Amino acid sequence: MISWTARAGLVGLSIVVIVTAAAHFIAPHDPARQFPDLAFAPPMLPRVLDDAGHLHRPFIYPIRLVDRLEHRFVEDRSARVTLEWLTSGRLVTTPEGSSPWLLLGADALGRDVFARMLRGAQMSLGVSVVAAALALTLGALLGALAGFVGGKWDAALMRLADFVVVLPIIYVVIVLRATMPLVLSASQVFWTMTVVLGVAGWPFPARGVRAVIALERKKEYAEAAHAMGAGWFRILLRHLLPAAQGFLAVQATLLLPMFILAEATLSYVGFGFAEPTPSWGVMLHEAAEAGVLSEAPWLLAPAAGIVISVLCLQLVSGGSTPVGQRDGVTP
Amino acid sequence: MRSGFRRYLFRRVGFALLLIFAVSSASLLLARLAPSDDVFAVDRVILAAERHRLGLDKPLLEQYLDWLGRTLRFDFGESLRFRRPVAELIRERAGRTALLGFSALALATLVGIPLGVFTGSRPSGLLTSTVRLASIVVLSMPSLVTSLVLLLLAARTGWFPAGGLPTISDGTGTLHSIFIVGRYLFLPALALALPMAAALERLQSRAIRESLTEPCIVAALARGVPRQRVIWRHAFRLGLKTVLAIYGIMIGTALGGSFVVEIVMAWRGLGDLMYQALQSRDLYLVAGCAAAGSCGLAFGILLSDVALAAIDPRVEDVV
Repeated sequence: MISWTARAGLVGLSIVVIVTAAAHFIAPHDPARQFPDLAFAPPMLPRVLDDAGHLHRPFIYPIRLVDRLEHRFVEDRSARVTLEWLTSGRLVTTPEGSSPWLLLGADALGRDVFARMLRGAQMSLGVSVVAAALALTLGALLGALAGFVGGKWDAALMRLADFVVVLPIIYVVIVLRATMPLVLSASQVFWTMTVVLGVAGWPFPARGVRAVIALERKKEYAEAAHAMGAGWFRILLRHLLPAAQGFLAVQATLLLPMFILAEATLSYVGFGFAEPTPSWGVMLHEAAEAGVLSEAPWLLAPAAGIVISVLCLQLVSGGSTPVGQRDGVTP
Repeated sequence: MRSGFRRYLFRRVGFALLLIFAVSSASLLLARLAPSDDVFAVDRVILAAERHRLGLDKPLLEQYLDWLGRTLRFDFGESLRFRRPVAELIRERAGRTALLGFSALALATLVGIPLGVFTGSRPSGLLTSTVRLASIVVLSMPSLVTSLVLLLLAARTGWFPAGGLPTISDGTGTLHSIFIVGRYLFLPALALALPMAAALERLQSRAIRESLTEPCIVAALARGVPRQRVIWRHAFRLGLKTVLAIYGIMIGTALGGSFVVEIVMAWRGLGDLMYQALQSRDLYLVAGCAAAGSCGLAFGILLSDVALAAIDPRVEDVV
């Protein structure tokens, strides 16, 4: 039985995933393209009614810079720019040469914040998902081994996991990240962050998996498999690990918010992605740069991306708090 | 003192000490792995001499043992970046982080716990679902987001100063300086407290809901004990264990969250210092910060462990 909140979370999550995957198609403009006259341009809402009250196909009023110093813009009410659907490989865009459609405004370099946010979702969510997969795999393997082998190895691994789990994950991640060169290319950053997050995150699933395996391996079916001559690896992989499936699924919904936040924080402080690669953390960092925030609040749009993704994950996980998870899996 | 409790306390103190030792050692070794350090000098000879003075030219193991020996005598070495003793820097910064963390924890407790008792004892109704929804949304807003949003609000309204803490001149009276600090503290503490308050609300709510179904509570209600009294005195106590257990972890959450809040809101605390230290590969400072942070963390965990054992002696046997 799935509650309606969990169902809503799943729907939201699917939308986030689809939009992120189709970012190239959905974004009206190239995220790297600069519109020099439109730095700090405010969001432009699509309209269907013009000033005279006539109904049109969705259109925008282009905006024009009137004061470069104060970043003041006026809407040009005399001309309509009709939005074009399904042209030049995009869902919706404006014709080349006319005013661009900046749904969430423009940043300091006149780039489309909406397009950058979608591209940033690919970076931020991509890192988080791959890192969560890594952490779950590592955690499941190490936890299963510890639970299966028992004895000294079990004790050593679990003590290590106990230590890592009580530490604030952001410090673990940032210290690990700091051991690597500061300046890396975007794809190097991607894999560095994935590995760092995976290494910092494995103890969370490992402790629970170990508890499950230690319990299951004493059951009759495991003994039966052993008696029939199955090797330990086969017993572990085919018979015992499936028992931890449900637990791992819940762990995924708890690890992902942690990793999304960790990516944002790392990039925010300059240990993660860097300009010009858009990630949510990078964009928030630009937004926080002195003085612009109160003039251009739309630069905080990536924060909404973080909140929406984390909220959907929370709904799916059924309100286990990210704080509570550590308490919940004590073996 | 019961012998079971003593043994339990012993083990928990051991864990705390081991935690501090492991964390500060690991961070020194990891920082040492970094590809460069923060000694700059134009002349190669001066550079070598400076590195020798700071003990950076020794092999890893020797350098580590050196550091360990000095640390046990509370000499944390010298910061390469600030050219000042690490202990001095940490003393300056740790106070601010503690102030921020404890005010946030207090704020979260004051808001989260009563709200949780309220929503837990009234499972349906408009107000309950509003609070529930609000706390799920707030729970999805990490401190990074809350601090940016609060900064935006501060910049727009001008009600509260946006970040930082000015040095207070000696002439100001005690009351006035408390007022100034409080004004500057409010936004960072709020940014840090909001997610924690939401987490506490959810947890307390569940604890109350669960304990209201316990036979002893049902019996008390059946005997005609006033409902409010049953909720606040009996159900609250029954659920206290779950809530207290989280406080040890909350200290960790507060420390982790304060890292972000300190950097975003320019609150010059331990997290900010650690960040600068890592950025400039300042390894003694990194290790010092890690030691200070893990002391706070270990102390918090210890405190909550002891409180747990005090209200429920059974945990001594389990842990």
